Formats: sequence, structure tokens, C-alpha cells
Amino acid sequence: MDGAVPLFRMEGISKRYGGVRALEKAELLVTPGSIHAILGENGAGKSTLIKVMAGVVAPDEGRMELDGREVTFASPAAANQAGIVCIFQELSLVPELSVADNIVISDPPKRFGMIDRKAQRRIAEEALARAGAADIHPLALVRDLPLSRRQMVEIAKALARKPRILILDEATSALTAADVAKIFGVLKRLRSEGLALLYISHRMNEIAELADQCTVFRNGRNVASYRAGSKSDNEVVELMIGREYSHIFPPKPARAPAVAAPVLEARKLSWTDRLDNVSLTVGAGEVVGLGGLDGQGQRELLLAFFGVLRGLSGQILIDGKPVVITSPSAARDDRIGMALIPEDRKTEGLMLPMTVRENLSFAALDRLSRGGIIDRAAEQRLIDDMVALLAIKTAGLDIPVGALSGGNQQKVVIAKWLMRQPRIILLNDPTRGIDVGTKQELYQLMRKLADAGAAILFYSTDYDELIGCCDRVLVLYDGAVKRELVGAEITERALIASALNIHGEDASLTQGANA
Amino acid sequence: MKDWRYWLAEQRGTLLAFGIFIVMFVIYTSNHPAGFSANVVQTASNKGVLLAFVAMAQTLVVITAGIDLSIGMIFTLTNCLASWLVIGTGIETAFGVIAVLGTGLLCGAINGAIVIYGRLQPIVATIATGAVYFGIALLLRPFPGGSVNENLADALTGRLFGVVPASLVVLLAVVLVVWVPFSRSVLGRAAYAAGSSEMAAYMSGVPIRRGKFAAYALAGLLASIGGLFLTFFTYTGDAAYASGNAYTLFSIAAVVLGGVSLFGGKGSAIGAIFGALAFRTIGDLLFVFDFDPLWQPLFQGVILLIAVSLGAFALFRVRNRLEWFL
Repeated sequence: MDGAVPLFRMEGISKRYGGVRALEKAELLVTPGSIHAILGENGAGKSTLIKVMAGVVAPDEGRMELDGREVTFASPAAANQAGIVCIFQELSLVPELSVADNIVISDPPKRFGMIDRKAQRRIAEEALARAGAADIHPLALVRDLPLSRRQMVEIAKALARKPRILILDEATSALTAADVAKIFGVLKRLRSEGLALLYISHRMNEIAELADQCTVFRNGRNVASYRAGSKSDNEVVELMIGREYSHIFPPKPARAPAVAAPVLEARKLSWTDRLDNVSLTVGAGEVVGLGGLDGQGQRELLLAFFGVLRGLSGQILIDGKPVVITSPSAARDDRIGMALIPEDRKTEGLMLPMTVRENLSFAALDRLSRGGIIDRAAEQRLIDDMVALLAIKTAGLDIPVGALSGGNQQKVVIAKWLMRQPRIILLNDPTRGIDVGTKQELYQLMRKLADAGAAILFYSTDYDELIGCCDRVLVLYDGAVKRELVGAEITERALIASALNIHGEDASLTQGANA
Repeated sequence: MKDWRYWLAEQRGTLLAFGIFIVMFVIYTSNHPAGFSANVVQTASNKGVLLAFVAMAQTLVVITAGIDLSIGMIFTLTNCLASWLVIGTGIETAFGVIAVLGTGLLCGAINGAIVIYGRLQPIVATIATGAVYFGIALLLRPFPGGSVNENLADALTGRLFGVVPASLVVLLAVVLVVWVPFSRSVLGRAAYAAGSSEMAAYMSGVPIRRGKFAAYALAGLLASIGGLFLTFFTYTGDAAYASGNAYTLFSIAAVVLGGVSLFGGKGSAIGAIFGALAFRTIGDLLFVFDFDPLWQPLFQGVILLIAVSLGAFALFRVRNRLEWFL
């Protein structure tokens, strides 16, 4: 590969989002006629990298070269024009249009100024056949197709644009095994036709089968490039480890002997194709982590407990008794006593234009009111307690909560639920986008609540948090619990290996030796 | 599945509206003292096309997931303008018609510019511009009055070959000249794509802004054709606030009856035309059955409520309750 002329080159690309660096002087070389795999854990910078390449995000600094000439892309359309086509994880199909409409959407064939439907049909049929998805009817509405078919349409759409560089970002995540095999055939053919393919996946077996070249990202930087197959899975995990951490965690209690009866228990929970027979228990006083790569069903699992999902199969038990939770308001009921700190505080946690006071008392209004009238004095007492407990920094209780800093907003979300004194607390990546100081306060609070007897289920995309905060961690992969790590087993190596679903016998052996 | 089944699925809303209209119209004419005669059809057509034009206009905007609450006021404004300008010799009349249509196009373009480039919500923006358009109409015609080229008016509201209502022919011509090319153009597809999923459309490099702008501007044009026809029927211009607002609300009703989704991205102006004709026929039905005209708003409301409820059934299929709020 070293002798080949690079088709595309990135040099010194950096990108920050607020205070967070997503990419730091990243480099990448793409050669024609090869499949290049990009690896890295959550937040390593993979997504930002391809967004820069595809014209979705403008880099803060650095240069990109195509065919040796410097290029910049102002929009996805500009990148497409240059021959760089990306298949995004979040599908870019328009649901109310037909498959054929979608395939030609960027540049429909025209006749007398109008779209030529016959030519469009022909192009769509060709592209579908090339993608190995001739079973999809070009006139079907995308809305009516299942996710796996949509992903095939997405691939056909990309091929119809005659790309020179094709980027696949977790493009096989929703596909059936038969489709994956077809797509692999297609990708290998495209490689032999001289295309450059960039392949982002967390499935190590796929990478082993497809890739010619691999590049590992860590902390927004490319840390290693190597010829595929020249490193073992464990060496790859080793490269991905080593994020810079600076958090301080409260000490964990010596693990209590197996709790008699778990407060929260799930038995074989399944939901559509996102949750697959998940069973778990959380005892009083326990912090149980949910790990794994982003989007493996962790969010759906928390929503399932909280009564948001319909058509759930399996059983949820509270204090050992089966319950059916049909809505968040049933979940927060005293008999269950559950609280969910949502992932996106701006849309699911807060009413931004309303005041801090109003936001704080929303979840507990039923307790603070009698006959529909809010007891102002009781409300004030409870709010004062919470502001003090969580050290919420606000210029007053009657300013809009949107005016607070991200960390303080998150504290308001948590305080609002603590006002109900929940017994079961579900946290969905609660520290995303907040400052280090607030993070540490949250870790301490979590432990304090657990010590006071709460059962805590904590999903985080930050492995360091899982290591520092949790008594046990369940690692999810494709909607199923793949591994349970207890106590000293919770290490970054074990988390990454199991998140990638590498059968990490030697990873756990190393662990055993250390313990 | 065969091709025709996909076509059928795509046109279901339009065909349903067509069916509703035909059933109602058959009941109407078979109970009418004069029966299915050229006269009855002509009267029905002249009443129906006004709302049909305004409903077509509303469809264009609703497809982009927007709504145009100024549409009835553009209709009223162009009516008042036509009562000043569409008069005199052939040349003068032709010039007047062009000026009226141009004004409609301009009103629509202003709406589009405010919504797209000013990033205002369509509801707020068009309530405001609607008030402005009505204000201008009121200045043009403080009192009902004016006149119109009666030869042209009579020709376009009369019958061709003694049988076919001329207004229906004009409606068909407008569909062929405005709607069909738009719906098959890149801009039209961009309007649909933006209404269905603006983000996906953006990611695919679709000209969203131009598509939406074209939809708003053409909506103004279609509303002005309606305003022109109102002048042909009444021979006068009248800045009637209640009537302008009623047309706005009825246009939304017609659009929904015609199978156009208020969430955007789905439906056809042809469906909306049949929705408009059906909505108009409800009133006529009450007439032939000797109901008190006082019942008409109540009946129209009930029919509309039923039609809107049909669209809500999809919510029963949602498996993640958070999607209710998207």
C-alpha cells in the first residue's frame, strides 16, 4: 500500500465543540482500490473525522487534499460533487418519497426540465441491483420498508452517485447476516474497480474479513496505522486504551455480600430489534453500570424500565414482584419510585424557558399539592433543600433554567427527581457535555444516594466513569448483555474488549493475574 | 407487488377524496329538482372552483410541512385589485390580469422569504402578512364595489359548447400548467423532501430552500387565480374579513379531506381539489334535503373532525412513546 498514490489526504485536522476536542491534528491517507478500516472507542473522533470528510462539519484547522489539490467542502453536496459519498449511521432517506425518488435525489435525471421518471426508474433498478438488493421495489415508499431494507437503499443511493471514495459509518449495524454477506461482495467488487472505501465498524470480524489497512483513533488523534491482520485483537484493544483521564471518584464500599432481594430486576426483556433478552438485577445500595459502544440498546433499556416503550416482552420486577409499567407517571409512582435522568436535558429533561423553581417542582407536583393547589411553603422548603444538597449555582429561582450553565442545568434535572426520593434511579449518560467539577459532584452524589439505599442503573459512554463509579458493569452489544464485570474486573481493557465483543479470554486472564 | 399497487397506495388519499366527492355529488344531483343538468353542474362548479384554487395553493405550502394562514387574504386582496384593474379594452384587461396574478405571486414570495430566510414559523409569519394583505385590500376597497370586464367574466363562468362549465376547464388548465410541472420538477421534489425530512434532504444535497420558496410563491399565484375568479362571479371587489378567514380555514379542511398530510411530504393538489369540491357539496346537500342553513357549519365541522381523526390512527402503531412528540 505504501507505494500507491494517495487519492485523499488529511493533515493536521482539528475540531472542537465548545471545550471538548473531538479531533486533534488528525491525519489520514486514503488510497484507491483499498478498504480502510477506522477503529476507536466512543468519543475517539471517528464520527467527527468522517463528518469533516463528507462536508457536514467544517474543521477548525488543517488541510485536505484530493488528487494532490487542496479542497474544502462547504456542504455535503460539495463533497458529493468531489466524489466523496458517505453512508451515515442516521439514515439520510426521505421517508415519504419512493425508493427510486430517494436514490436519485441529489441529481435526478431530467427531460424538458421535469424529472424523467423512466430514466429515474432505470437508474434506481441498476443501483439496487449493484447493491445486491434487487428485491426492493423502486416504487415502494421508504417509510414502509424495515430498517434493514432502508440501509440497503442507502447503500444503493450512495452507489448511484458514482463515488470515488465511499465512507460506510456502521453501515451494517441493522443488516441481517445474508445482507451483510451480499454487501461484503459488493464492497470487494468496488475495491477491485478502484474505489477507495473507508469502513467504520465495531465488529472486529467484519474488519478482519474486509479491511486492507486499519487506522486506530484515540482522543481525536490517529495513534496507529497498520496493515490489516498484522495485529492481534488484543494489540488493537491495547492501542485503543489510554485515554487521558482526570476524574476523581469517591471510594467504593467493599462489595456487600449478594443482596438478598434485588429492588429492580429484568427478566428476558426484548423490544423490536433493539433489546434482546436482557436480564439484570440491581440491589439497594448498588451502582450498576451499563457499558458498551454507543447505541447498543442501553438507552432503550432505560426507556423500557421507565414505561416509554410499547410491545415490550419479558418481565420487570420491583422488590421481586412482577409489575407492568405503562408510562413515566406510573414509573414514578410511590409503589415503584423510579426516576430517569434523561440523555438530552434540553429536550427531555427541562422546559428551558420556564423558571428554575418551576422546573424543580415538576416531577413532585402531586406530592406538593392538595386538591390541585400547590402548597407554596412546602414547595419552597423542598426546593431550598435541593439547591443546598446539589449546590446548584443560580442567580435566583425565578430565572429561566435555560440561563444556567450546562452543569447546573443537569443538577436541576437530577434535583427535580430527587425531590420525590426515588428508590430506583436510572441515569442515561448524565455527564455528557458538563464540566469536570460538576462531574465529580455527581459521582459523589451518586455514591451518597446508593449508600442511602437507592438502586442505581447508570449508563455512560465514558468508560472511566464506569470504572470509577460502578460496583458492577453490564456490557451490551446488539441489544444483549454480553458480559458482566464485577468489582476489580472493571478495567478499561475489559470494557473495550467486551464492547467490541472480542472473546477476550486472554483479557480476563490478564485480569485474573493482576487481581 | 405490481407497479399499479404502489401507484394505488400512493394515490389512496386522492382517490378517497375523489370517491367521497362523487358519492356526495351523485346524492346531491339525484335529489336536486333539476337533476343532473348542465345548469346544476355549472353552478356547483363555479362555487367549487374558488375553494379548489385556494386549497391547491394551501397544498403547496402544507407539502413543505408549513401552513399559509394568509392564503384567504391573498385571495381577498387580489379580488379587490381585480375589481380595479381587470376592465376596459382587451389589452387593458390582459394587463390587469397579469398585474393581479403578479401580485399574488409577490405575496406568496414574501411569505416564502420570511419563512425560509427569516426562519420564522409559518403560522406566525403568515398571520402577520395576512393582516398586511387584508389591510391593503381594505384600502383598495373600503366599501364593496368596482367592476370587471363582463365579457371575460361571463365567458369564464359560463359553459363551453353549452355543456362543460368553463371554470372547470380553467381549473384543469391550471392543474396542467402549474401543478403537474411543479410536482415533477426538481423543485417540487425538494418541497416534498423538505416536508418529509428536512435533515435527510439537506444531507442528500437537495435544494430545500429553493423548493420551499417556489412552493410559497406558487401558492400566492394560485390564490390570486381564485381571487380573479371571485371577481368574475361577483363583478365586484369586497374586502370582506370574515370571508377571507373562512377561505383560509376551509382550505385547510379541503387539504385534509384531500389526503394531504399536515405533517408535510405527502399528498397531491388534485386530492385537495376533490377535498374542496366535496367540502362545498356538504352545504349543497343540506340545501336539497331542506335542512335549515343554520345546520351547515355544524355539519361541515363534524365531517372535518371525522376526516382529521382518520389521520391519527397511525399513532396506535408507535412503539416508542417518545415518538408521539416528534
